[in-house]
Amino acid sequence: MRKRKFEELFFRVLMILATIIVSGSFFLIVGTIFFKGLPYMNWDMITKTPGGGFYIGKEGGILNAIIGSFYVAGGATVLGLIISIPVAIFINLYMDGKRFLSNTIRMAFDVLFGIPSIVYGAFGFLIMVYFGIRASLLGGIIAVTLLVIPILVRTLDEVIRTVPFELRDATLSLGATRWETAKVVLRQIRPGIFTAILLYFGRAIGDVASVLFTAGFSDNIPTSLHEPAATLPLAIFFQLGSPVEEVQGRGYASALILTIIVLIITVLADILIKKFSKHKI
Amino acid sequence: MNFRLLKDKILSKLMLVFTLASVSLLLVIGIGLYYKSVPIIQRLGWTELITTSVWKPLKGLFGFFPFIMGTLWVTAIAIIIALPLCLLTALYIVEYAPARIKRILTPFVNLLSGIPPVIFGVWGVLFIIPLIQANIAPHFVEFSTGYSVLAGGIVLAVMIFPLIVSIISEVLRTIPQELKDASLALGATKWETIKKVILRKALPGIVAATVLAISRAFGETIAVLMVCGNNAVVPHSVFDTGYPLPALIANNYGEMLSIPSYDSALMFAALLLFIIILLFNIISRVILARLERRLAA
Amino acid sequence: MTKTPHISVQHLDVHIGAQHILKDININIPDKKVTSIIGPSGCGKTTLLKSFNRLWDNTADVKITGKVLVDGEDIYAPDAEVTHIRKKMGLLSQRPYPLPMSIYDNVAYGPRIHGIRKKQVLDQLVEEQLKATGLWNEVKDRLNASATRLSIGQQQRLCLARGLAVGPEIILGDESTSALDPVSTAIIEDLFISLKEKYSIVLVTHILRQARRVSDYIIFVYMGKIIEFGPTEEVLLNPKEELTKEYVKGYIS
Repeated sequence: MRKRKFEELFFRVLMILATIIVSGSFFLIVGTIFFKGLPYMNWDMITKTPGGGFYIGKEGGILNAIIGSFYVAGGATVLGLIISIPVAIFINLYMDGKRFLSNTIRMAFDVLFGIPSIVYGAFGFLIMVYFGIRASLLGGIIAVTLLVIPILVRTLDEVIRTVPFELRDATLSLGATRWETAKVVLRQIRPGIFTAILLYFGRAIGDVASVLFTAGFSDNIPTSLHEPAATLPLAIFFQLGSPVEEVQGRGYASALILTIIVLIITVLADILIKKFSKHKI
Repeated sequence: MNFRLLKDKILSKLMLVFTLASVSLLLVIGIGLYYKSVPIIQRLGWTELITTSVWKPLKGLFGFFPFIMGTLWVTAIAIIIALPLCLLTALYIVEYAPARIKRILTPFVNLLSGIPPVIFGVWGVLFIIPLIQANIAPHFVEFSTGYSVLAGGIVLAVMIFPLIVSIISEVLRTIPQELKDASLALGATKWETIKKVILRKALPGIVAATVLAISRAFGETIAVLMVCGNNAVVPHSVFDTGYPLPALIANNYGEMLSIPSYDSALMFAALLLFIIILLFNIISRVILARLERRLAA
Repeated sequence: MTKTPHISVQHLDVHIGAQHILKDININIPDKKVTSIIGPSGCGKTTLLKSFNRLWDNTADVKITGKVLVDGEDIYAPDAEVTHIRKKMGLLSQRPYPLPMSIYDNVAYGPRIHGIRKKQVLDQLVEEQLKATGLWNEVKDRLNASATRLSIGQQQRLCLARGLAVGPEIILGDESTSALDPVSTAIIEDLFISLKEKYSIVLVTHILRQARRVSDYIIFVYMGKIIEFGPTEEVLLNPKEELTKEYVKGYIS
């Protein structure tokens, strides 16, 4: 009897410890980044592009990378949505009678989601070589778009599936076509779409491996799609590789900036999700 | 009237094209990478590429064995660390934690999953590397810089925490309360119920979560690259440096086009990753889908 | 009865997966009357109702053979155009599902997709239908408010108004009061009775008293077959078939 009680207690303590480690690792990471990055934070970091000698520790900031990242992630999210929304609608509203086929397609997107971003980067690079595009904003956007399509499709798909069948029956029985029904369904899931946009914007902005070959790097803010563009994760990566202490420190500060951006996006998305689930019929 | 139907028809065809195009991405990626790897496969053959250890691109020698081993070491360490921790965490969150604590905990797991890979890498460099160098390695080996497969494994483990916790919790939630009640009503303690009933029921789900986590760990690039040391030698202990496949691709894209066969070799590395991850993903998805179907029935 | 009925079902068989849900259904639905389909749960009532406007198109593994003639036109013919068939029939489902838009737009949705754009015409239509469903006085000051703000009983009447706005000839009700409180139920039942002057109404219900209150004819379905069809009083008070007798007395449910 005592042994049973002891075993129960033992595993209970173990579980609590594990939970503390797993959820505590978030604080450990964010804490480390804040602690190391804050001393190097200054106004210049987010308002200036790299000046001459920036990479040996002189004047400047990483505005080029911040803007570049927003361009790449924004472009990819928009392009991704333009492709994903029709796909999600097609799977749900046009393939209803063919469950095997639609489930196979779902699974294919799940598998695509599992493909690592470095493979998307390598493949994006192949496409660029094939079409003769040089490392540029456009190249980066293409690679990141490929990366976000599967996950966007599956998220939208899940959101559309929460729309009750009766809503579709209601419009259909008014004599609406499938496309007209789709428009009503899209209206119904609008908050869900916003959440998806935010979440995958966050994912797109933080990914390095896909832009490594494709977006290039530049100290200037890109003014056209064909210019190379710096991105935040790459800026962090490069600065960290420098032997100059000042530059390394700026790398930590850049990491802090990226962390803050991503956290804001994630929290916003979380709030939206909560709001969304409250107003669902 | 007819215009509306025509519009519906045209849009339906257009959406079909979009769907087919994006699904076929899977095929196109595979074929594209294979096509680019053909030169090196023809020159050296699969067996030699995978089983030899000499990596001298300038001499035309491409042995992938160290990179495959590097990937395996890092992944194995990550899973060994993450799986027990995440299983216990998921059990606590689903079975034990009061609602209030549950509400506090879940957002952190979400937030953790939102942190970009490069930040995990920076954290690894700033926190894990010094920790290994100063506090862990000295107990076991004479000298270590901290850059090691262990560091890669730890960073990766933290990165896959959210994935494993969320899948296992979801699987645990699908186990009917009646089943738990039945065991508890027989006088079993909560832990005994977990051990004898819940874990047994959840086993396929746990396996699927693990397989999915493995495939995620295989592909992770930048964080691992930053902490593993990147030496093209087969590691023999956790404190040795390693050079996983994704890191190889990421590190050498610059010289890709200047050395003959090098681009082909790097695309072969991408192809290897693609194939391994494809297999693992399909396996875990099939397990999960079957689990879902069994529950629906 | 020389005129062809609005809905005429001939040799209808429905399979869902391996199950044979409806077996050789033959029936003419009386025009401008309320007809109730009754029967124990799982007998195929709703399946029968939904096969009238081909809502099964959206479901996997459904196989349908036989004919459903709507105004003499077979809706399951390969070249049948389904949207204009559905337009002829308003559907009122178990729970109200207002579209995610304002009260006004809910009612105007149908007319708009069918090509009515003039504001005047739409205004008039909306008012007319909201009056027909007794909702006008309750909502006339907040037509632009979201439809989800209405009470569930009001929502159900709004859904009825929405269905009427496309000018159907037939109303299909699928246990339309099962989610409503007794007061709203009474309002909806009264609406059905007053609407039968203009529309042919088919209801699915599992409440015998409701069938008795509102309907002129009753179809009793059991295990996928029509057991008995006739005027309400006859079927409920003086059933010819043994099965109907048992169901009415409450032996089978």
